[in-house]
Formats: sequence, structure tokens, C-alpha cells
Amino acid sequence: MAARDSATAPGTPQSLARSRPRYGEMAIKAVLMLASLLSIATTVGIVVSLLQPTIKFFGEVSAVEFFTSTNWGPLFEPPHYGVLPLVSATLITTGIAVVVAVPLGLAAAIYLSEYAKPRVRKIFKPVLEVLAGVPTVVFGFFALSFVTPLLRSIMPFEMEIFNALSAGLVVGFMIIPIVASLSEDAMAAVPNGLREGSYALGASKMVTSLRVVLPAAFSGIVAAVILAISRGAGETMIVFIAGGLKANFTLDIGAAMQTMAAFIAAAGSGDVPVGTVEYDTIFAVGALLFVMTFAMNYVSARLVRKYREVYE
Amino acid sequence: MAVLSTPRSAVQLAGKGTPIKERLFQIALLASLALALIFLVALLAFVLAEGWPRIDARLWENMPSIRNPEIAGAQSAIMGTLWVISLTAVFTVPTGIAAAIYLEEYADKTRWYNRWIELNIQNLAAIPSIVYGILGLGIIARTIGLGFSVITASLTLGLLVLPIVIIASREAIRAVPPSIREGSLALGATQWQTIYRQVLPASIPGIATGSILALSRAIGEAAPLIMLGAVSFIRFNPDGIFASYTVLPIQIFNWISQSREGFHVLAAAAIVVLLAILLLMNSVAIWLRNRYQKRW
Repeated sequence: MAARDSATAPGTPQSLARSRPRYGEMAIKAVLMLASLLSIATTVGIVVSLLQPTIKFFGEVSAVEFFTSTNWGPLFEPPHYGVLPLVSATLITTGIAVVVAVPLGLAAAIYLSEYAKPRVRKIFKPVLEVLAGVPTVVFGFFALSFVTPLLRSIMPFEMEIFNALSAGLVVGFMIIPIVASLSEDAMAAVPNGLREGSYALGASKMVTSLRVVLPAAFSGIVAAVILAISRGAGETMIVFIAGGLKANFTLDIGAAMQTMAAFIAAAGSGDVPVGTVEYDTIFAVGALLFVMTFAMNYVSARLVRKYREVYE
Repeated sequence: MAVLSTPRSAVQLAGKGTPIKERLFQIALLASLALALIFLVALLAFVLAEGWPRIDARLWENMPSIRNPEIAGAQSAIMGTLWVISLTAVFTVPTGIAAAIYLEEYADKTRWYNRWIELNIQNLAAIPSIVYGILGLGIIARTIGLGFSVITASLTLGLLVLPIVIIASREAIRAVPPSIREGSLALGATQWQTIYRQVLPASIPGIATGSILALSRAIGEAAPLIMLGAVSFIRFNPDGIFASYTVLPIQIFNWISQSREGFHVLAAAAIVVLLAILLLMNSVAIWLRNRYQKRW
């Protein structure tokens, strides 16, 4: 009878509601909630599918060798399990991508947010988004058959057919829309009062953009850049097609090198027998990639939330 | 000077200290944007020029081959893409909409588990697609035992784009003003009746646009499917959800991996087909948004 009592109490929100529960409504709510819990299940599924083979892998291979050896060759005889060449290749290609994407993306964002007329922005923004919608296998093809021959003909140093430079450059162009679009959002959220205050003090448009708007939107921009880096580090097809399939511990950007994602794709597409150490290697590298990108996404999300608190 | 308050006209009030530097800065900004667009145009022009000689009926009438680029086609890949994407849509669109409704209309945002779900969806959207391939391989193909089939590919791609569908649907639902809901509730409708008869119809354009964009992401995705058995040359169309399959991006990848020039032309031609499908889908999405979008 407790429900009936509270229903008659005046002023409480339930006072107008029916006291008999609607089971149909409750069932619908439960089904909808289940659908949203699927996202949790996905995360759990990813962690479980990575964890079990990874634990098995570290039962066979010492963690010290995995994290400190510079020799990678799980399919060779005898096998080597030093992951550093894959990590360095991932860092180098992502680094090249960042060198391309951050200045170009930021400049594009400043232009769109501070300089472009609304009509111009309405045209350029969607066109830039098209770049984000191109399938990565298409970028890979472009890197291998157009960018690499072009670079080989103009670069003063030796370049292999498969190389980190071409793959990194194209990954960079792929992530420009992420940097540009999220940074532009951050800059557009900077209150106009700050700009007007800057102009009132006699600052020019360039000074206002660089010294007022950019710092005010800084955390949002950093979040955009981190998200772009994480996308670049996890990018598979471009580095798989144009970067080469040779684990290579080197700083030579003209050389072929295999990133973590490219290794996973290469080993996963081959006929590696289930249950072997080679098979578990795929998951161990996957776990490392997952942890790295997860950490970056987490920092990015934290920054975005912090930044939102400032202006909303 | 009625527009004085906008930043763009306020520049007229700015000091005229170093106009050359100012102009150079603006040119540099514009050049950066232009460079990104030139890259896009170069990519499209190159692919079109490379693939042009092979864009003909052979491409969709013939089956893939790694022996003779002259008679090779991509029919099984095109059919495979249609199968996989249709099934992905069947699976992911209702689930995504349901999750979005729960999060927007039912979830109590102060509860830790609802905040968890939200954070989790944001994070899922940023996980590399190859990791979803590992999920598909470890859980869907092996543990559940669906093997390398159309349904495994669809479920994996479905999970991959689910966050996109959820995020887009939530935005569309959020854009429906509360007064619509309050009016419906005041007339005695239950919460679900309000959602089903008022909120959903009003937000369908936004949901449809977001879903199409999510599916076009799934169509172009190759990395997870590489791990799910799509790489072998399949010379037949799928005949059911448990059939072996290949899809366009994977077929393109296969041809790129061949060393003979003829196959690269073929890859470019298939890329043009893939881009044409994506362009069509995106145009429909933009048209839907412009045609049906309501402003309250």
C-alpha cells in the first residue's frame, strides 16, 4: 500500500501518475536499455578476446623480450618476439602524419573559423569532410601508385617502393579533417567578447587569432590532435598497402617498415594455425595497440569535458 | 554599421600595423586549406584516370580472377558488399536507435551506470577498426562459431558503426523540443506512446542521415574484414548469411597486392565503383537532411 499512500501525497511528482505499473512500458524500457548495454558488451568482448590469448602469449614469451628486444620475427625459425620495431614504425608513420595534419588542419580551422565568410565556410567544410569519408583502402592505393612514385622522383634520398614516408604523408591527409573539424568547433565556441576585447586593444586579426582565440580554444584543439593521433596510430590499410610488411627497427623514413596495425592485418589474413604462439602474437600486439589508443582517447575525452566546462 | 558586433566586421576597427604580414598569414591559412582540397582532387582525378579504361560491363558481370586482368570482374565482391551491408543495416540501425532512445528519453544521467554507457560509447567510436577485426575473429567467428561468413562480417561491421548510429540518433532525438513531449504527455499519452508517435517521427530525418553515413563508413571498411576470411578469391555470389564472401574494398586490396599493372587498373576501376556508391549514399543523406529537417 506504500505506493498508494505516496500517490495521494500532494505535491509529489507521482501524485498524478497511475499507481498500477504499466508492464508493457517497463518491458519496452528494458529492451531499450539492453540495446544500450550492447555497447558495454562490445567493450567487454574486445577486452576478453584480447586478454585470454595475450595471457597465453606471455606464458610462452617473456615480457622482457617482448618490450625490450629490437628483433621481430614471430614467423621465423627461431622466432623473435621483440615488439619495438613495430612500435617504432607506428610512432614514425604517425609522427609524419602529425607533421602534415596538425599545421594544415589547424590553419584550415583558423581560416574557416576566423576568416571565411559564412557562405565560403558552408562550402568548404563539407568538402573537407569528404576527405574523411574516403575509404582507407583508396588512400592506400593512392599512396602506393601515386604518392610513392612522385616522392621517389623528387626526393634526394633513396626510397624503397614500400616506405614509411609515403604512408605517413597520406595518413596525415586522412586525419586533417579530424584536426580541422574539431578544432574549428573549439574555436567557434570561443565567445565573441574575447575577440572584440582584443580588437578594442588594437590587436590585428592575425594577433587576435593566434594570441586570443587559439589559446582560448587550446584544450579543445589538443583533444582534437590527440584523437587524430590515435586514429593515425590505429590506421591499418594505408600502412599495410604502402608501408611495407617488413619489421624494421630504423629511423630511415625511406625504408619499408611494418606498424602494429599492419602486422595484425598481415598475420590475421594469413593462415596462422589457431592455438599456436604465432596466433596469440596477433592478440598480444592488438592488446598493445588497444591500450595505446585507449589511453589517448581517454586523455582526449577528459580534455574535451574540461574545456566544455569553461564556456557552457 | 549594423553588423559591428560580428568578428568579421570588427576587423575594420583593428589597427593597421603590419598589413603585409596580415595578408601573408591569411594567404598561408587559405593555402593550407587549399592543399588539403588539392590532395582530394588529385586522388579523385588519379583514380578516375587510372580506372577509366576498365569501367565497363566486365566489372560487374565477371567474377574475380588473379590470372587474367582482362576478364576479371568484381561481381561477387559487389554482391558481397550488398549482402554484408544490408545485414549490417538490419542489425545496427534498430539497435542504435533503441540505445539512443534509452539514453535520451529514459536514462537518469545522474546514475553511474548511465554515465558509464555514455563514456563507453564515446570510447568505442575511437577504437581502431582493426581491433574490431580481432573482436570478430576471437568472439564472433571462433567462440560463437559463426566462422568466416557474411553474418560474422555484418555483426563485426555493425558493432564498429554502432557508436556512430547512436551518437547521430541521440542528436536527432535531442533536437526535438521538450514542449512536443510535454504536450503529448499532457494529453494522457504514456511515455512510449509519446516517443513512438511524436519524438521518433520528428527525429527520423536526422536518424536516417546518421544511419546512412554510418553504413557508408561500413561499406568502405576493409581492415576488420581482412581478419575475417574475406581475402580469399571468391568466385561465386553469397547465397545466404552463412556463405563465404568477399567485399569491394577487400577485392580492391587483393588487386592492389598483385604486381601486374593490369590489376592496378582493375583496382582503380573498382575504386571508382566504390566511390560512386558512397557518393550516391552521401547525396541521399544530404538530400534527406535538407528536405525533411525541421527547425523549431
